[in-house]
Amino acid sequence: MAERSFAKEVQQLKIGAGEEFRGEGILAITKALLQCGVGYVGGYQGAPISHLMDVLADAEEIMSDLGVHLEASASEAAAGATLAASVHYPIRGAVAWKSTVGTNVASDALANLASGGVLGGALIIVGEDYGEGSSIMQERSHAFAMKSQIWLLDPRPNLESIVKAVEDGFELSEATNTPVMLEVRIRSCHVHGRFKAKDNKRPTMTVAEALENPQRDTNRIVLPPASFGHEQEKIKVRWPKALEFIKERKLNEHFGPDEGKVGIVCQGGMYNGVMRALQRLGLADLYGASAVPIYCLNVTYPLIREEIVDFCRGKDAVLVVEEGQPEHIEQAIGDILYKAGGTAKLEGKGILPMAGEYTGAVMLAGLTDFLRAYQPELLPAQERSPNDPEERVELPDLTGKVPVRPAGFCTGCPERPIFAGMKLMEKELGEHHVAADIGCHLFSILPPFNIGATTMGYGLGPASASAFNVKAKKRPIAVMGDGGFWHNGLTSGIGNAVFNQQDGVILVVDNYYSAATGGQDILSSRADNRSRSTRHPIEEAVKGLGVTWVRRIDRTYDVGKVRDTLTEALTTEETGPKVIVASSECMLNRQRREKPLVAKAIKAGKRTVKPRFGVDEDVCTGDHACIRLSGCPSLSVKTLDDPLRDDPVAAIDSSCVGCGNCGEVAEAAVLCPSFYQADVIHNPTPFETKVASWRRAVIGWLQRRRDRRRLVFAR
Amino acid sequence: MNVHVEPGGARGGAAGVIKLAILAVGGQGGGVVTSWIVALAEANGYYVQSTSVPGVAQRTGATIYYVEMVPEGEATPILSLMPAAGDVDIVLAAELMEAGRAIQRGFVSAQTTLIASSHRAYAVAEKAAPGTGILDGAPILEAAEAASLRFLSADLERVAVANGSVISASLFGALAGSGALPFAKEAFEATIRASGKGVGPSLAAFAAGFEAVTASAPTPAMGEAGATTPAEAPEVTGPAALRSEWAALCARADELPSAARTMARRGLEKVVDYQDLLYGAEYLDRVEIFAALDRASGRTDGALTEAAAKAIANAMAYDDVIRVADLKVRASRDRRVRREVGVGVGALLNVTEYMHPRAEEICAVMPAGIGTYVLGHRWAYGIVERLFSNGRRVRTDRLRGFLPLYGLAALRPMRRRLLRHRAEVAHMEAWLATAQRVAASDHDLAVEILRCRRLVKGYSDTHARGLSKFDRVLSALPLLEGRADAAAWLSRLRAAALVDEAGEALDGALKTVATLDAPT
Repeated sequence: MAERSFAKEVQQLKIGAGEEFRGEGILAITKALLQCGVGYVGGYQGAPISHLMDVLADAEEIMSDLGVHLEASASEAAAGATLAASVHYPIRGAVAWKSTVGTNVASDALANLASGGVLGGALIIVGEDYGEGSSIMQERSHAFAMKSQIWLLDPRPNLESIVKAVEDGFELSEATNTPVMLEVRIRSCHVHGRFKAKDNKRPTMTVAEALENPQRDTNRIVLPPASFGHEQEKIKVRWPKALEFIKERKLNEHFGPDEGKVGIVCQGGMYNGVMRALQRLGLADLYGASAVPIYCLNVTYPLIREEIVDFCRGKDAVLVVEEGQPEHIEQAIGDILYKAGGTAKLEGKGILPMAGEYTGAVMLAGLTDFLRAYQPELLPAQERSPNDPEERVELPDLTGKVPVRPAGFCTGCPERPIFAGMKLMEKELGEHHVAADIGCHLFSILPPFNIGATTMGYGLGPASASAFNVKAKKRPIAVMGDGGFWHNGLTSGIGNAVFNQQDGVILVVDNYYSAATGGQDILSSRADNRSRSTRHPIEEAVKGLGVTWVRRIDRTYDVGKVRDTLTEALTTEETGPKVIVASSECMLNRQRREKPLVAKAIKAGKRTVKPRFGVDEDVCTGDHACIRLSGCPSLSVKTLDDPLRDDPVAAIDSSCVGCGNCGEVAEAAVLCPSFYQADVIHNPTPFETKVASWRRAVIGWLQRRRDRRRLVFAR
Repeated sequence: MNVHVEPGGARGGAAGVIKLAILAVGGQGGGVVTSWIVALAEANGYYVQSTSVPGVAQRTGATIYYVEMVPEGEATPILSLMPAAGDVDIVLAAELMEAGRAIQRGFVSAQTTLIASSHRAYAVAEKAAPGTGILDGAPILEAAEAASLRFLSADLERVAVANGSVISASLFGALAGSGALPFAKEAFEATIRASGKGVGPSLAAFAAGFEAVTASAPTPAMGEAGATTPAEAPEVTGPAALRSEWAALCARADELPSAARTMARRGLEKVVDYQDLLYGAEYLDRVEIFAALDRASGRTDGALTEAAAKAIANAMAYDDVIRVADLKVRASRDRRVRREVGVGVGALLNVTEYMHPRAEEICAVMPAGIGTYVLGHRWAYGIVERLFSNGRRVRTDRLRGFLPLYGLAALRPMRRRLLRHRAEVAHMEAWLATAQRVAASDHDLAVEILRCRRLVKGYSDTHARGLSKFDRVLSALPLLEGRADAAAWLSRLRAAALVDEAGEALDGALKTVATLDAPT
């Protein structure tokens, strides 16, 4: 079960021709796939494509009604390989993942796919996780397209253009026997907009029909001598066909006047940013009329030589707006212009920054600088010669006055106690080399835990500790999530460790979901899933690979047990990999599942226990050691109305879900007795109520008795 | 108020577009507000585009949602997908520091209506400091006022919770109240009704948010502004004899230098509550010595007495298991927990205490002789250690858990004879003697010595660590005494001791102090 449900939204996927669709980019892409008669869809979750996978999962019924198969791929490599179904059969297929990390993983399959080529349209939808909010290294997918010769679409970031790009992509793919990559940036995945819908189409051939009528063409298989033929075919046949198609269908767009002293060449995805900057300079209106000629590349690979030469002809200067580095497009345009004897001055990186996101401010500054250099008369008077540039309002400097607020473990997260336990272990055994991995557990590298040295890729935690497989006084610790485990960690991590007899500790954080990507089900999920097989225990898989030292912690909130198990793993005489599977359900998902049930049960008069924790403010002394071992959002501080106290005390707010971590930590770390657990029993049994009232009578009498004999201060 | 400066000249092409950014902390429901705003604008004849950057940032990190809207026309407008510095009309900040972040990022300019909740959700770094790490809200409020066209602020979190809802609803109400969007209040309410989820509480919180920004035109102070003003005198109940003795002690406290009276009254209350009236008298005896020194110094600020009143109260009311047991079984505590947790009619409350006293703490509440023996003999200590090696979970709503704590609290009258008391008194007397000695030559340094008591806090290891920091800070005294800036240095050392848990900053500061008088 995913974090967000699109059950309501997917109903829009059924709308027909002429109706208006309103919603998010990812939903629009799904609708476009159905309008194109796609035969199968696969992919792997990860922002910004997670929601696409969630939408697909929630739309499974609608898709199967149309005869479309949905595959929740085990990894991007698996998703990429899925497109093999379009090699010999005229079936349209689409896969999606987070890029560039997912493209890295899938690149083997993509290279093979691109070499042999496809018969049915093959669309690779990559969600570019670049810029603000990104959780990965900042790279571009562009290079993958170039190296494998996959056509790269980068449509303008509005739903109409994106939907059209899906349609164009399939046709381009079929016209050129080449897979097509559709790049959507993080904001266009989540943009709310609208487009005119078309009817959904059933695939012309379903996957089942193909399976029942198998076909093969050895010329499409990547094996010599066919593979040498593929290279020639790419250049001599597929490339010219692609140029032809792109030109004829006018996939790239031209805006503004035909002639001009200067011009702008931009990636489709950058178009709205360029337009906003021009709007702010008074050089464009709200509906796309521009005073500056713009050549908008909805296809960023391959480039159309004639179109570029034509656009630059007669211009003094052309600015290439291309986000990220290296500047592949700018280099290619430079090459084209030079060889064609072009005279326009080529600008791009330099006026615009080489690295980093092209935000509104960057774009405005870049365009202004470009125009000031090459056509200053276009600029508004104030920009051209400001009376007093210093007159701008001096904003107060807030450096150091606003706290950094990186992402962290959620309230009640079951991974928090794991790292609290690890910190307590380190208090006894000293600091260790910890190889971290991709997943929510990577938040351990941030305060308050500060645990984890490297992260090499999804599921590569144990592999990234493999060089440390030497005799030493300490053992390495590698962390890996359940998501990473099934993604590839089982082989690259566990298998590798068994084979090499890696004498380290592998900690598998099992929270029942692929949690960081939005709570999708995976093999070891405990949920009942209508269409997938779950409940495959990680420890069984580990044992199956030959690990003999395996420990399972069923409740990660038992901080003492986590500490002791880690200590045992680090000190045992046994050689070879020591695998600890620490399991507790992701709290975000658990709350989403349980909260409505609990509310319903209370309303229905059923006995229900609701736990939460509290801190006795007069027992807490304000050292905050508990917070340094927790970082829970609900465990905060408050300033008491007491002049005798200098420091704020710990306090737990109403968002507490009663996971128990703070109490367990206080106990295991021997911190202080301030924490209490308060269980509210809704709809108690009559017997329970009676016993409780007796108890309260006795306790109340004892309390009054004591209070009668001493001074009681009440504020 | 700032001069209204048009950013980048004419807003020409994008004129008529309303640009709205929402800055929230992941989990605050920024997505809900965004979807409401989209629905509201679409229902009222606007073309709307919204974007967000979800992903892991939503896990408690700072997040931004962005909306642009323009009256519906023939053609499709081309809107921006991200807020640009200097070009945002409305900024909604779901927390005070997020308003600061919006200003830092340049989203708040002379064209911006800034609406911020004044409450704080502390960042980890603010909470984790061993001392006070909370950042000051005042510069943010000041900057918000200076940078924006209009700044509206109220504790929208509190009003949301008070109405059984979440901040997204009160924030939406505040947006309506600001009048920054061209839609009537009823249109906002219709949007909430149409969303169909938790409509009642949402509407109530919406109304409260609306009220909060329309009623109080000037910026209200932060939620904690009242924290530093001392409360009124407490209501005292108990036997008449004790109450008249208490009155006498209060009268004694009121003889102290006026600046120290409030503190001394609070201190007196603390130690009497901790032990008994005699303890209160002992407290005043100790404070009065400093008051005399204060008077003799000719100073009128009463700083020495005030510091003494505070530090001595905290030192005398040290935290031991008797104190903890006493606090846990009080009727007042029971009432507080019930209030905080919110136990409805017919519901029951089970309370489990998480306790883990170490063997040392147990020995500490043995009579001094026995305690010393146990600590000095391995076999005996081993037994205690084994008994208390695990944490204790005590159900204080049950007699089985309540009675042992109630009994432990009854040891109070015997406290003076216990091992811990002896150690605490010896430690305190030595420290006070130092402060008294120094007061004669360096008044300010004596004040700082007293203030170092702040470093001693916590239980078990935490307490031991605090005590060690206290000792290390005071170990610099021989180097500092006689210097004109001795008090400032001691104050700096104390601040350094509160920077990190291990005391690394303190070690560094001590090294600096060690070089102060080194021959050059």
